[in-house]
Amino acid sequence: MNIVIIGHVDHGKSTVIGRLLADTGSLPEGRLESVKESCRRNAKPFEYAFLLDALKDEQSQGITIDTARCFFRSDFRDYIIIDAPGHIEFLKNMITGASRAEAALLVIDAREGIQENSKRHGHMAAMLGIRQVTVLVNKMDLVDYREEVFSDLRDEYTAYLRHLDLTPLSFIPVSARDGENIAEHSLRMPWYSGHTVLRQLDLFRSAEDASGAHFRFPVQDIYKFTGSNDDRRIVAGTVLAGSIEVGEKVVFQPSGKQSVIRSVESFNTPSKRSAGAGQAAGFTLETQLYIRPGEIMLKVSEPSCEVGSRFRANVFWLGRAPLVKGREYKLKVGTARVAVKLAEINNTLDSSDLVFSRSKQQLDCRDVGECIFETVRPVAFDTVSTNEATGRFVVVDNYEIAGGGIILENLSSGQTPLQRHISERERHWEYGLVRLPEREHANGHRAKFILFTGSRGSGKRSLAKQLEQELFSRKLHVYYLGLAALEHGLDADLGYHEDHADERLRRIGELARILTDTGLIFIAVADDADDYAIEVLRQLNAPNEVLVVAVGDHLLSRFSPDLQIPAGTDDSAAVERLNGMLATREIIADYHI
Amino acid sequence: MKTYHMDHLDRLESQSIYILREAYREFKSLCMLWSIGKDSTVMLWLARKAFFGHVPIPLVHIDTRYKIPEMIEYRDRVAIEWNLNMIYGENRDAIEEKRTFPDGNTDRITCCRHLKSEALKKTLSGQWPRFRMDHSLRKYVPDESRTPYTGVIAGVRADEEGSRSKERYFSPRDSENSWDVGDQPPEFWNQFKTDFAPGTHVRIHPLLDWTELNVWEYIGRENIPLVSLYFNRGNGTRYRSLGCFPCTTPIESEAATVSEIIAELADGRLSSVAERSGRAQDREDGGGLETLRRDGYM
Repeated sequence: MNIVIIGHVDHGKSTVIGRLLADTGSLPEGRLESVKESCRRNAKPFEYAFLLDALKDEQSQGITIDTARCFFRSDFRDYIIIDAPGHIEFLKNMITGASRAEAALLVIDAREGIQENSKRHGHMAAMLGIRQVTVLVNKMDLVDYREEVFSDLRDEYTAYLRHLDLTPLSFIPVSARDGENIAEHSLRMPWYSGHTVLRQLDLFRSAEDASGAHFRFPVQDIYKFTGSNDDRRIVAGTVLAGSIEVGEKVVFQPSGKQSVIRSVESFNTPSKRSAGAGQAAGFTLETQLYIRPGEIMLKVSEPSCEVGSRFRANVFWLGRAPLVKGREYKLKVGTARVAVKLAEINNTLDSSDLVFSRSKQQLDCRDVGECIFETVRPVAFDTVSTNEATGRFVVVDNYEIAGGGIILENLSSGQTPLQRHISERERHWEYGLVRLPEREHANGHRAKFILFTGSRGSGKRSLAKQLEQELFSRKLHVYYLGLAALEHGLDADLGYHEDHADERLRRIGELARILTDTGLIFIAVADDADDYAIEVLRQLNAPNEVLVVAVGDHLLSRFSPDLQIPAGTDDSAAVERLNGMLATREIIADYHI
Repeated sequence: MKTYHMDHLDRLESQSIYILREAYREFKSLCMLWSIGKDSTVMLWLARKAFFGHVPIPLVHIDTRYKIPEMIEYRDRVAIEWNLNMIYGENRDAIEEKRTFPDGNTDRITCCRHLKSEALKKTLSGQWPRFRMDHSLRKYVPDESRTPYTGVIAGVRADEEGSRSKERYFSPRDSENSWDVGDQPPEFWNQFKTDFAPGTHVRIHPLLDWTELNVWEYIGRENIPLVSLYFNRGNGTRYRSLGCFPCTTPIESEAATVSEIIAELADGRLSSVAERSGRAQDREDGGGLETLRRDGYM
């Protein structure tokens, strides 16, 4: 289990760790003796913190320490203790360390009381979602082990943490130097009847306890290693919460596609029929679905997660450049990546002087703020109160993780950014003197965007081209656009990265809007277009319409295509059916004339 | 309610798999460094776990021609058995011109720099030839691809020595391969640095949280085949860390099986001895390994 130790400088974090290592016998043989001996030679009193420093020195070979890790084992389990630096300059390292922790020990000096970092680190712990916090009131020996010092501090700090919506699991009065209440109960504080630090560590609950929660499986990737003669199509990822068994019905969000778990896949294990929280897993499904990495797989029988493109969140900003409105960032939530913009800032807190503001227009480095974000397409997530792991995100700015946050509320009712974009576009659209109905009349047919979709190799491309040829030969105004032509032309600035999928989609939609407005029958193809892609194209092409022709497998779940052409249909028969559809939809006049 | 108890090794395994899958998803030009040692062999095994028996990532080994011969033999045997996309690179000029230790006129650190750091750098960048295992011929042929690797998976562990305890799971390197220890990007939860500027690359460390003992426990649990040099084969010695023969010495040990090695590690007899103490280049100057690592050494 990963535990982070935090608190103000000199409140005794290193001493606590040193003492834990020594009292659990986790030190290399002879190390304790050699450090004691070196103290004796230099005539300075031995401190347990030296032990840690000696270990670090040996390990660090002279460069600045950041988040160092110590390993130790209690009778109950293995621990990784992350020693997070207290200095503000090390905030990135502290965050990195603390965000890996399942629990935190927060050390406060009994004599000095609550200091700036005691507050800041409490704030960070709450922000990062560390719900298990134990406060060690250290150096009790310096206040003569008096109970009222301990209880006053406990009351004061509890009140502070209550603002942050954080309730510590426990407060333990300790003297790390003398080992009081570290591994053994203190005889000097008979008034304290709670746990020792070591016992408290063993009592922290680990993430596997999430197996009772609703099932959450962010899809990390889809594997098909056909090249190695493996036909399994495996949905891979890590189960973040809950558990699932073969035969259970699942739904993917945001696409809404459904299927049933056919198998649980693994390598070098006995065959499995279920998977639970914490496990890196893989599943095959009963039906072949086209799903994207970044979707969340849920159980149909359980409450769904949130789906939306606007949410309220607490954000912690570490970027060199401030977080500003209008700029496009990349959001990583669960396994999804999507372009995002900052829409509003509700309030901010400067974490270096803990000053609160309602008027700041940007988040500077080390600011914490409550903000509203908008993504370009809907994503699946949870609010952090429902599920922490799917309620957290980071914001990437210029290749760097520049901030992290937790989602407080889904605000996605109302217009999506796409809908706003389209209504803006339509409001500003400048028409000529000739309008579409006149063009259609002159052309003798309606304008239409016909989109062919289907899996790779389904023959949709050749079919689309044949339809173009057929319609052209009948003097209709038709144009087939190969999307490969866009890749090296209109989209040449975008590159191949999946991050740009939304922008590529938008450009096709905008093109369709223009071309159908000229009165054309505009034909394009898309590999494996899903419900979302079709919905986006439909909206972008509006007020004109789109006809969807699915070739081969039916990959859509919410939309039914306007025409389904089964795999293996002869091309001329397929063109015949397409003609039939265009005629019944009154796009072209009856072609038998 | 069925519970899914995960012990410490289960969690380490799960996290490493997550990291490997994240790397595979995000880096189009990805490779995994395989030193033939126990750590990177565990990492290779974890890749088979992550990808359900397959290893869809090329494995890169830097051959110094001073490796203990069993290592190369083992490498090629496993590469064939597991159908690995196996690639090696080397500093041919330095080897031919004998800019090596001890039979050339350089010290250990300089030799490491020539045969390992430089060879690694130029092999990853594609400036020097790469050799790929042709499975139909069962031998190495020059590799046509000179594409630089932008994601490099390495089996370093935080407990090995100090500089490694400061590594991130995803750690950026600039075009010179160097590592800015003081200014590393933050890693929030399980979100890593998977975006990188042109000309830079990212080192990925799935084993960062594993200790030497964890590695051995996992080898025992999964029954992972290792090169025999790690075990006492009757002469009362075994290797604890593997490298080139002029600079690597075995330790005295009777341990001939994985469980005997685990017992030996657990009883504390070795705990006052650094794992890499048999690796002479670490001691050559004060910060031997740190200096080498800033320079791109693994």
